[in-house]
Amino acid sequence: MNFDPRYSGRNFSSVGTRPIRPDGIDKVTGRARYGADFNMAGQLVGRVLRSPHAHAIIKKIDTSKAEKLAGVKAVITAKDLPDLTDGDAAMYDILDNSMARKKALYDGHAVAAVAAIDARIARQALKLIEVDYEVLPHVTDVDEAAQHHAPLINDQVFTEGLEEKPAKPSNVTKRTQFGHGDVHKGFAQADFIVERSFKTEQTHQGYIEPHACVASVNPDGTADLWVCTQGHFVYRQHCAQLLGLEASKLRVTSSEIGGGFGGKTHVWAEPVALALSRKAGRPVKLVMTRDEVFRASGPTSATSIDVKIGARKDGTITAAEATLRYSCGPYAGSWAEIGAMTAFACYKLENVKTVGFEVLVNRPKTAAYRAPSAPMAAFAVESSIDELAREIGMDAVDFRIKNAAQEGTRASYGPVYGPIGIGPTLEAVKKHPHMKAPLKANQGRGMACGFWFNFGGQTCTDLNIGMDGSVSLAVGTVDVGGSRASLSLVAAEELGIDYSNVKAIVADTSSLGYNDMTDGSRGTFSSSMATISAARNAIKILKDRAAQMWDIPVDDVVWEKGHAIAKGEKYGNLSPLSLKDIAAKSGTTGGPIAGHSELVADGAGVSFATHICDIEVDPETGSTRVIRYTVVQDAGKAVHPTYVEGQYQGGAAQGIGWALNEEYIYGKDGRLQNAGFLDYRIPVCSDLPMIDTQILEIPNPNHPYGVRGVGETSIVPPLAAIANAVSNAVGVRMTHIPMSPPRILAALEAEREG
Amino acid sequence: MVAVTLWGSLSAVAGGKAKHEIEAKDIRELFRKLAEQYPGIEPWIDRGIAVAIDGVIYRDTWSKELPPGAEIFLLPRLAGG
Repeated sequence: MNFDPRYSGRNFSSVGTRPIRPDGIDKVTGRARYGADFNMAGQLVGRVLRSPHAHAIIKKIDTSKAEKLAGVKAVITAKDLPDLTDGDAAMYDILDNSMARKKALYDGHAVAAVAAIDARIARQALKLIEVDYEVLPHVTDVDEAAQHHAPLINDQVFTEGLEEKPAKPSNVTKRTQFGHGDVHKGFAQADFIVERSFKTEQTHQGYIEPHACVASVNPDGTADLWVCTQGHFVYRQHCAQLLGLEASKLRVTSSEIGGGFGGKTHVWAEPVALALSRKAGRPVKLVMTRDEVFRASGPTSATSIDVKIGARKDGTITAAEATLRYSCGPYAGSWAEIGAMTAFACYKLENVKTVGFEVLVNRPKTAAYRAPSAPMAAFAVESSIDELAREIGMDAVDFRIKNAAQEGTRASYGPVYGPIGIGPTLEAVKKHPHMKAPLKANQGRGMACGFWFNFGGQTCTDLNIGMDGSVSLAVGTVDVGGSRASLSLVAAEELGIDYSNVKAIVADTSSLGYNDMTDGSRGTFSSSMATISAARNAIKILKDRAAQMWDIPVDDVVWEKGHAIAKGEKYGNLSPLSLKDIAAKSGTTGGPIAGHSELVADGAGVSFATHICDIEVDPETGSTRVIRYTVVQDAGKAVHPTYVEGQYQGGAAQGIGWALNEEYIYGKDGRLQNAGFLDYRIPVCSDLPMIDTQILEIPNPNHPYGVRGVGETSIVPPLAAIANAVSNAVGVRMTHIPMSPPRILAALEAEREG
Repeated sequence: MVAVTLWGSLSAVAGGKAKHEIEAKDIRELFRKLAEQYPGIEPWIDRGIAVAIDGVIYRDTWSKELPPGAEIFLLPRLAGG
């Protein structure tokens, strides 16, 4: 790869403007095809039978009656998805989660599935499947599950991350630790110490579009999968391995996506749909109901976090320590690990230590949710930071500014930072009019900071120039937030042409080289890097073609503002050739003109944000109303500022729901009590204020345009900012998320009772 | 020679030792030498490890050169949502 990814500090013509998104009209007129909008001739309807028990041995499954029902074309159990994972524990977990093998591990765990000619018959068939369970004791709470006497979910799990393998299995899958310095020494130097414990409940990403796919295993051994996903290439890899297919024989096409936020980075029902299609010999469409989405697709972790922070009278933090316990569902994860890395990442700390524990519980397999694990850690840390500032008698913003990480600071997770934006976001917040606006009775203001890593990953892009001068950009990163518009802007910028001449599409897995998921805030960061590289490769060809047309050496041709220009006085009579001029002659100068790029977009710039929230609390009912909200975040370079603002606002909106309302509620029977949008209430427009945004641009030195990822950081600070606002409004420190009315009333009552 | 720091869980696999001095020209050689010294690290490398070289995190570029005297941190392989 002959491509220099370093930031060059150029001025932009297209990048930074706000054109209308190319997919907008289709989406608002209903033409856009989402997961459930695709159909194939002769397709069957797939339905999944799920465990009603939180923890049970599957002693026997009798599918004979269902198989005999007229209209049923296939019934499958785990036997139809044999273990082909060859000792790969992570893949085995995905397989087991797709279809329970020996035990049902949570309420909603798939145990069988049918394909029938219509939905009514499929539902009837599910009722005819007889499953003999031996119900086991269960545990759904993260703290209870970590106890020695808790029901054991997997007797093969011995805590990882210890120097010696434990003698007994447990529900704690992993211990992890980060930090530097000596926290004991640091706490000894502190004049003030705050020590608190926090809990957050499990939430779901709440995407409006449920998981949906159409799978077709063809007689020749090839297969097609049309699916709503954030990463069709990864879905191909996982499904092919689980089904025993060669990856090259499975073609996966990603649909438009009605929200993902991390929840569509994992396969759930897709292997089941393929297995049904293989057995039935016909295409199978499988769409999860909302109940299934809640019960059996990946919510985020519930957590239990202890924080201790000490500071001197002058406001310098001398030591910080956190112990973080994250639930993983019944399968191992790395959520506490990431929480432990992000917890104190905003601060310059001499002495810091974080210890994370992954804990198995009888709940659905946990999945990523926008900056996975960071919001809960930030809630605990930023709440404690606020309290410490109050004890010292410092302004909450000034205290953070004094301790903020900066370029050259050693991050709490190890490396030294390059140029970063936490200080500038805090300075911007300090100057923001929001911080000076008056508050009324029962209203409180809170602010908080947040951090996310971002990453790049494997990326492949094709840029094809048509004979009419139009540009088609094929990318492999699913568009979850306007990236097609942003990438079109980048192609237009690099080629020096108008945005309207570029059309970006998301190519299927057979049309482009491998691409990682659209996660980790990598979509625009990585694909813009690949687009720049592809465009520069196309420009080399365009210059060569112009040289042919002029019959001059190619070294005498330069590319400026979308035109080939012959440089030197001897070429004074040669008029510049536009991209369109060159494209029109491509047939006689060597054929189609294209630029290709494949790269690993490493060097993603870390990202910081600071949020401000005003909230009003009714002390009689405990109900809350967010009355003003401001997001300040570093974008590196905002390629399309409107979509950057949209990401900021979306993260804040989801954070408001997470902080105030949303939680998985389990009964004593281990069953989810609120698997629907009526009882699991995400915020709607009337619940939200106008969300103000301020984009800062501190360039990422490892991207030609300075781009950083922006998609995730905006959900990190809201839990803490809102908790600080509520705490300031009611005069009681809130330590349990969500701060639903009963929980606020309970905190007020506890305070009154001393 | 580069200075390599392993994060907690990984240092547990390396006998509890977090800091190592290793002669390696690139990430690939670094992983190979670590695996030779501590075979228990190999499954972790297979599962994925990110490498911070003087503050810049690399997840997949195993050909990335390690400048002499570079500060290296091995970190969990990061993803997102």
